[in-house]
Amino acid sequence: MNLDAKIPSGPLEEKWEKHKFDMKLINPANRRKYDVIVVGSGLAGASAAATLGGLGYNVSCFCFQDSPRRAHSIAAQGGINAAKNYQGDGDSVHRLFYDTIKGGDFRAREANVHRLAEVSRNIIDQCVAQGVPFARDYGGLLDNRSFGGAQVSRTFYARGQTGQQLLLGAYSALNREISRGTVKMYSRKEMLEVVLVDGKARGIVVRDLVTGEIASHAGHAVILATGGYGNVFYLSTNAKGCNVTATWRAHKKGAGFANPCYTQVHPTCIPVSGDYQSKLTLMSESLRNDGRVWVPKKLGDTRPPDQISEEERDYYLERKYPSFGNLAPRDIASRSAKEACDAGRGVGPGGLGVYLDFADAIKRVGEDAIKKKYGNLFHMYKKITAENPYKSPMRIYPAVHYTMGGLWVDYNLMSNIPGLFVLGEANFSDHGANRLGASALMQGLADGYFVIPYTLPNYFANEKFEKVTNSDQAFKEAEGVVSEGSKKFLSIKGSRSVNSFHKELGKIMWDKCGMARTKAGLEEALVKIPKLRDEFWQNLKVLGGNESLNQSLERAGRVADFLEFGELMCQDALHREESCGGHFRTEHQTEDGEAKRDDGNFCYVGVWENKGVGKKAELHKETLQFENVKLATRSYK
Amino acid sequence: MDITLHVWRQKNAKSQGKMEVIEGKNISEDSSFLEMLDTVNETLQESGVEPIAFDHDCREGICGMCSLVINGEPHGPEYGTTTCQLHMRSFKNGQHIFIEPWRAKAFPILRDLIVDRGAFDRIQQAGGFVSVNVGSPQDANCIPVPKQDADKAFDAAVCIGCGACVAACKNASPMLFVAAKVSQLSLLPQGKPEREKRVLAMVDQMKAEGFGNCTNQYECEAACPKEISVEHIARMNREYFRAAALEESPKEGHGGE
Repeated sequence: MNLDAKIPSGPLEEKWEKHKFDMKLINPANRRKYDVIVVGSGLAGASAAATLGGLGYNVSCFCFQDSPRRAHSIAAQGGINAAKNYQGDGDSVHRLFYDTIKGGDFRAREANVHRLAEVSRNIIDQCVAQGVPFARDYGGLLDNRSFGGAQVSRTFYARGQTGQQLLLGAYSALNREISRGTVKMYSRKEMLEVVLVDGKARGIVVRDLVTGEIASHAGHAVILATGGYGNVFYLSTNAKGCNVTATWRAHKKGAGFANPCYTQVHPTCIPVSGDYQSKLTLMSESLRNDGRVWVPKKLGDTRPPDQISEEERDYYLERKYPSFGNLAPRDIASRSAKEACDAGRGVGPGGLGVYLDFADAIKRVGEDAIKKKYGNLFHMYKKITAENPYKSPMRIYPAVHYTMGGLWVDYNLMSNIPGLFVLGEANFSDHGANRLGASALMQGLADGYFVIPYTLPNYFANEKFEKVTNSDQAFKEAEGVVSEGSKKFLSIKGSRSVNSFHKELGKIMWDKCGMARTKAGLEEALVKIPKLRDEFWQNLKVLGGNESLNQSLERAGRVADFLEFGELMCQDALHREESCGGHFRTEHQTEDGEAKRDDGNFCYVGVWENKGVGKKAELHKETLQFENVKLATRSYK
Repeated sequence: MDITLHVWRQKNAKSQGKMEVIEGKNISEDSSFLEMLDTVNETLQESGVEPIAFDHDCREGICGMCSLVINGEPHGPEYGTTTCQLHMRSFKNGQHIFIEPWRAKAFPILRDLIVDRGAFDRIQQAGGFVSVNVGSPQDANCIPVPKQDADKAFDAAVCIGCGACVAACKNASPMLFVAAKVSQLSLLPQGKPEREKRVLAMVDQMKAEGFGNCTNQYECEAACPKEISVEHIARMNREYFRAAALEESPKEGHGGE
């Protein structure tokens, strides 16, 4: 597997500028001759499709939802980072770069992260020009808030629904291109195969989710912007439809999967309440600007919160990390919550919760001010729990939220398969082992608006393309595989539903490959997962047919892929004998319980090559070079 | 709790549909309405009956994918709430619950409770955007927006495109949906250059899709899970009349280029 990251030479600050000039361009008149396939219509996919369409390429964009506006980027709450330094509080491109590298526990590529910090400023300009209604102060200028892992206010926001406003901005740009005829949109289509011709990605096979029809689309490049794999845990903050299928099927065609074990568990989610639970709901990290996290000092204290005095409370984040306090990064805040609950100091049913308390903030600025800032989040909390967070503290617990791992890409965002590009959460590139809050929106839009429009033309200009159509043999074969797959699910006629398998897999993953992982636990998971997968293929029950809208059939395909992917994730977690960011191996911790990296042995990107179902994947390594920052122990104390 | 569901079942767009009675047993009152349907679907499948098809995705009230007319009300009885955020504690043990899809000519039923809302996308494509290329726009703070305008624009921008306004309206009018975008962009300086063209094109597309017009019953506002005010419809009407008056040659085909 060729893992040349193709990082441009020269000083860090000049790499991207230099590379932009060195890359070849495509003449405007020739652009329409290139067909580009974009899979996914979230921030990364919609922004890429809109921008490439705007440049004059012939773009087809696919999503499995009924409209591109539904993509799960829409649910991002808190904000988007940008090194604008509008607040004059010491921010700079270099500081955003450094915070992101450090936040990622020194497991990301320097050059990619620096580029991300550079273009962060353009993103805000672009979104404002589109009419995205960011929060403003009374002078009419843009407002900022603070987020975890940073000591500056660089997060731009739109109440508690920044993702929605940014996605609708990208969606409107996409709509403009659809109306101009440069982008053709395909909704309710699920990508089930990537098609390679002469080793290059030249198209995809999709299934129409309404009619069951299978169709091929050929092009000169395929862009996957299909999000993360958090739903391997069944319960996560992801939307129900989020899945690993597109990236996993590309992986089975030869694309390397990088760092699958890097999973982000978000510290502030509404705790699980029962067996029927279908998803977990995030309460934005921005709440930690004003909310204080605490648990009772006394073990098993079941008194209501208002009867527990100040002296009897442990504001553990403020105590352990005085300089960052409640704004400690996500991985650290999550582990601390788990620690408190494991020690028997958790609150609420089952003791799996900690308090996020706004009483001090309400006393300081008044209920109205808090309502203005977080109104929709408080409203949502009340809907779900039937408790009023203005009166009593919220109960929160960590939940799976984001996945830093993904398909391996080089500096140009191209995977090891020529012509297969991967953007946004679907790739592995910018967040290392832990993503900072408000950086996912930044990365998705950076990739789509400001990176791929430069790197894709360079690929086109340097390649010779044979004529390929969607009736070629390679496409017919791929269509055959897809249609056989559907038939197989329907023919098993066992006794267990898709959902029951997904739930069982999720439980294994959460118990053995969740917030804290051990060698023994992972080895156990590696026995259990293949067993569950075998049962799936013998005892699955999917009713209905292939030629109609069949939601169980759709899910069967996704869960089948999770059952393969989960094994790879555990394998990656088992091999990485260190703790870093979102990957915490109990065997590797400092005396005070912090993650202990092993830079001597593990300062690399672990990239896995698929060897077939049930066979051990082969590990390849991209060594990470740090030329501009010193590898240090992360400290937020 | 135990409940009795009366659910619209329809094989596909062409077939005849009908209400079917389905029992829901041992439902937790803390589960959401969609989790209740998940539970019922598991039971149906065990007995060899195909599960009820319904649209959903984020399940946190923001993607706009979930729908359902519940006991005659789009998104059910709670004010300002999407179906996914509606919880069973809003219902009583033993209650009969009627579940139907959005009903409108412009939203054809695809299966059971799932409808095709493609018309909404086409209305947005007609003009719901600011024509700006991706590249190097001016610094964001070069476009100051008075806070009250920004806030008002935001109140409209929160629309999730679910279609409840259409489902609630006796005319199947999407005016609240169309107005939300028109209003947002007409309040912001970025939207000004295309202000007239936008409103004319979006309203034209709305009519072409077979939706009805507004007759001021405000049912849409009552059903809107994001509590968008009909004030935005008033603003859109003003925008429309203004644009129509300013238009130099009033004839067909305002949209596009």
